[in-house]
Amino acid sequence: MLDRHAEHFPGPIHRPPVVDNVDAIQPHVHAEHPHHPKLQHHFDTMAQQIEASTLGMWVFLVTEIMFFGGLFMCYLVYRTASPEGFAEASHHLNVTWGTVNTLVLIISSLTMALGVRAAQTSAPPKTQVFWIVATMFLGAAFLGVKAIEYADKFTHHLVPGPYFKWQGKHPATAEMFYSLYFCMTGLHALHMVIGLGIMAVIGTMAWRRQFDADYYTPVEVAGLYWHFVDIVWIFLFPLLYLIGGHFTE
Amino acid sequence: METLNYLNDGHGLASWLLTKDHKRIALLYLASITAFFFLGGFFALMIRLELLTPAGDLMTADTYNKMFTMHGVVMVFFFLIPSIPAVLGNFLIPIMIGAKDLAFPRLNLLSWYIYVLGGLFTLTAALSGGVDTGWTFYTPYSTAAANSHVIIAALGVFITGFSSILTGLNFIVTVHRMRAPGLTWFRLPLFVWSMYATSLIFILGTPVIAITVLLVAVERVLHFGIFDPALGGDPVLFQHLFWFYSHPAVYIMILPAMGVISEIVQAFSRKNIFGYSFVAFSSLAIAIIGFLVWGHHIFVAGQSVYAGMIFSFLSFVVAIPSAIKVFNWTATIYKGSVSYDSPMLYAFGFIGLFTIGGLTGLFLAAMGFDIHVHDTYFVVAHFHYIMVGGAIMGYLGGMHYWWPKISGRMYPEGWAKFAALMVFVGFNLTFFPQFIVGYLGMPRRYHEYPPEFQVFNVASTLGATVLAVGYVLPMVYFTWSIFAGERAPADPWGSKGLEWEIPSPPPTENFFVTPIITHGTHQYAPSKEVGVA
Amino acid sequence: MFTNFPLFPEQASAQAAQVDGIYFFLLAVTAFFSLLIAGLVVVFAIKYRRRHEDEVGVAIHGSLALELLWTVIPFLITMVMFVWGAKVFFDIYRPPAGAMEVYIVGKQWMWKAQHMDGIREINELHVPVGRPVKLIMGSEDVLHSFYIPSFRVKADVIPGRYNHLWFTATKPGKYHLFCAEYCGTKHSGMIGWIYAMEPTEFQAWIGGGRSSDTPAAAGEKLFTDLACITCHRDDAKALAPQLKGLFGHAVQLQGGGTAIVDESYIRESIVNPQAKIVNGFPPIMPTFQGLVTEEQLLQLIAYVRSLGEAAPPTAAPQAPGKD
Repeated sequence: MLDRHAEHFPGPIHRPPVVDNVDAIQPHVHAEHPHHPKLQHHFDTMAQQIEASTLGMWVFLVTEIMFFGGLFMCYLVYRTASPEGFAEASHHLNVTWGTVNTLVLIISSLTMALGVRAAQTSAPPKTQVFWIVATMFLGAAFLGVKAIEYADKFTHHLVPGPYFKWQGKHPATAEMFYSLYFCMTGLHALHMVIGLGIMAVIGTMAWRRQFDADYYTPVEVAGLYWHFVDIVWIFLFPLLYLIGGHFTE
Repeated sequence: METLNYLNDGHGLASWLLTKDHKRIALLYLASITAFFFLGGFFALMIRLELLTPAGDLMTADTYNKMFTMHGVVMVFFFLIPSIPAVLGNFLIPIMIGAKDLAFPRLNLLSWYIYVLGGLFTLTAALSGGVDTGWTFYTPYSTAAANSHVIIAALGVFITGFSSILTGLNFIVTVHRMRAPGLTWFRLPLFVWSMYATSLIFILGTPVIAITVLLVAVERVLHFGIFDPALGGDPVLFQHLFWFYSHPAVYIMILPAMGVISEIVQAFSRKNIFGYSFVAFSSLAIAIIGFLVWGHHIFVAGQSVYAGMIFSFLSFVVAIPSAIKVFNWTATIYKGSVSYDSPMLYAFGFIGLFTIGGLTGLFLAAMGFDIHVHDTYFVVAHFHYIMVGGAIMGYLGGMHYWWPKISGRMYPEGWAKFAALMVFVGFNLTFFPQFIVGYLGMPRRYHEYPPEFQVFNVASTLGATVLAVGYVLPMVYFTWSIFAGERAPADPWGSKGLEWEIPSPPPTENFFVTPIITHGTHQYAPSKEVGVA
Repeated sequence: MFTNFPLFPEQASAQAAQVDGIYFFLLAVTAFFSLLIAGLVVVFAIKYRRRHEDEVGVAIHGSLALELLWTVIPFLITMVMFVWGAKVFFDIYRPPAGAMEVYIVGKQWMWKAQHMDGIREINELHVPVGRPVKLIMGSEDVLHSFYIPSFRVKADVIPGRYNHLWFTATKPGKYHLFCAEYCGTKHSGMIGWIYAMEPTEFQAWIGGGRSSDTPAAAGEKLFTDLACITCHRDDAKALAPQLKGLFGHAVQLQGGGTAIVDESYIRESIVNPQAKIVNGFPPIMPTFQGLVTEEQLLQLIAYVRSLGEAAPPTAAPQAPGKD
């Protein structure tokens, strides 16, 4: 089935004991290009490596969509069962804080994109790090606002469970709404925390001058993740905060 | 003298535990899933011993309930789902597509560690007292009533899910981006096709079970009402979410086995597959339609009859691609040069048992009949014909076929034939009576049962004993062969495929030169034209 | 013909023959295809066995005609199964009008039944032969499933809602009742017996039973005890919908839409009163979740039903409390 393969290795094969020099045992493959130092041994070319990494992240984001999808499904089922109850419960979320957080995340997506752009254009490490730190700052701000909101829910007995208190007409539905609210925003916040961790690593790598126009895949892939987490919020915000807008007491 | 290969390239524990070589990682998986297989088998044996008599006299009801729960959890999540993908898929996909490794070797190692971590959680749950919810974790029992270690077990399933997700991701990217020059999609070995279809289910289905068991844990710990009707939830929603993954999970188990059988049937008939593109696309069709049939698990749970009709219709549709495969395998044997080596015996067994398993699935898809046998031993028999008669036969067949490549040693063929026979006979004796006792009305998960069902249960227990011997034997002679087996040549079977053109065992990076592919696998006879049907 | 053969369960209901009809058809198809495949594999394996070491098979790449043949024929056969199965399911799912009704409550680990004339049973259910019986079933705790193999009927019993099941017993006798959905420690002990009796015997049995209140009468008592009657009253001071003649009718809901007053609606209105408010009434009713058991819920429903079934309003004998 192989054309060239068989003629090269007719019998038992004794591999050269030195394995460091990939070219020594791979004379045919892209011998004309010197290998980029970031090329991993099992890829043939940088292009292949970049395509693999990017595709990998996209596939991962598909799994993330399915992951959040289960929660969105629960939301859909229970909201359809009692839309008034959801509107009533949503009314008690703080739309102002929600809007602020939405803006914070949209701006963080911009700074993230500028960070990728900086690496792509071989901008000085300082510029790259600036945009990444700016993104992290905005991410942290988002989490700070979230913490304020959570604290507020605790003090007002809006955390589902034995201490949940609800004055309105739909206590059962409201409790369900807040169960979903905490699960959905909690899972999202967890993704933000992981995102901050990734950004810290990327920032350090940028500071060490690892990225330039030839090699910026990690920044790009991390950027894809960050944008995904932002987009999840873009869905969460209206579904959780804004459906109470038409609610009338 | 021994040539340098992946097995002797580096010694010591660290060279294994920190390896990024897909072949070594495959062996790490092999060791761990074998351990879980025998653990799950032990639970199965306990179940069968208890059911020898109608009275619950061997163990208490609680212990029995924990036994079948742990049997299900261990076998499904820690053996069947990772078995062929994580061992044979890991070992073979890069070799079959002419690559040095998977796209993400470090991620591959991480997947194994995640699997082990999830396994440790499950073992903790098992050893500290067990779980008694059934592997299905149905709410509200699991969240409100059960007083066993549901959370730890649920976390184990949750964590292991990420191992599946990352493995599926790795395979998909590898098949897309790492194929050798000239290896077009329609020259891919059918095993790679089936692994690709399986990976699609891994990445699309597994996240849903992950979030579902996470919600179960949240409901149990924090008393958030999601599924418990007492807290305003809907227990049937849990069943929808659970089966949205867990039905496709059945295809995670059977598709890889189908891929293995496609390879074996070609190799031991010395003949290319009949209808390549039909076999390849039927894998994708099963993976895709398989996502739309979950509702047939809840025909009697008060779901809308119209929804039930749609699910019933689609469940019949998903049977068609499976039937296409069976017919094509049979046609492949026609005018072949058929040998009776042990892998082929497993393939024969697979075709027969899978046919019965698949056809009895039609009984359950027919709504009017499902009312009667839902949650009885008929269902138990049906899915064991698929999962044990299908998936494990395929796994064992594949292990026998590729063992010379993996270990570089030959196993004793006589013993292997004997073991294959034991597995086939033992399996049928165990599970065929369960069709009958299920049709007679014996519900599943029963610790005690009315005495008129005893004769079938005795037959079943007897069969399980034979089956157990059939399973222990390969482990014994495979282990023996590592130390004393004859050295395997590069191609002991006269097979045609990329994996048979490199030495046994393969060198660390599989190929010294990236191969260039000019035609598909298993081309034995000279043919006028190379291509697909 | 097959019914005396021990490999087949007894057929003791009108549904059993229908279900077994599908079974025999499927069994025939399964036997045919299993034997066909096994036969072909064995014949080919022997006929084309390898005769010398270097022999190879003939290169055959496929045949579109054959592929279409074994795609279309199985598809058509499965469509017969689908239509047949769905038809039987519909027949088994839809209870006929005028069925004798029995309330069933499942709890860990027993079955409670209450007949409309007040007889209660535990882990037993007596039914007359030849008359459709409809079970209205709820659960007090977790999922259960009510299964009578000889009748070929089964339905899950789900907490928080009602599921139903009906059958017509055709043969007097004693039949197994199983819980088919795993429900905890004594799942396999949640079993009982169904006694199918000749109608005359059944009348004698039910007449001689330890008669407690009928569900409707018990419900009426609860209706007073729980002070439902304070608001649900006939006169102008009523703060809540009048219940006479309500059952089975549609009501206009606040915020648009209508709801049919059935068992599930009444249950929801008792445990979660704010979910669907009838137009024109203040949302003041408190929830009774946790205050009434599943059995009491069924009694209250029976009471509301009895009000509805007492045809024109003038004929209703129920007195409007004396609070």
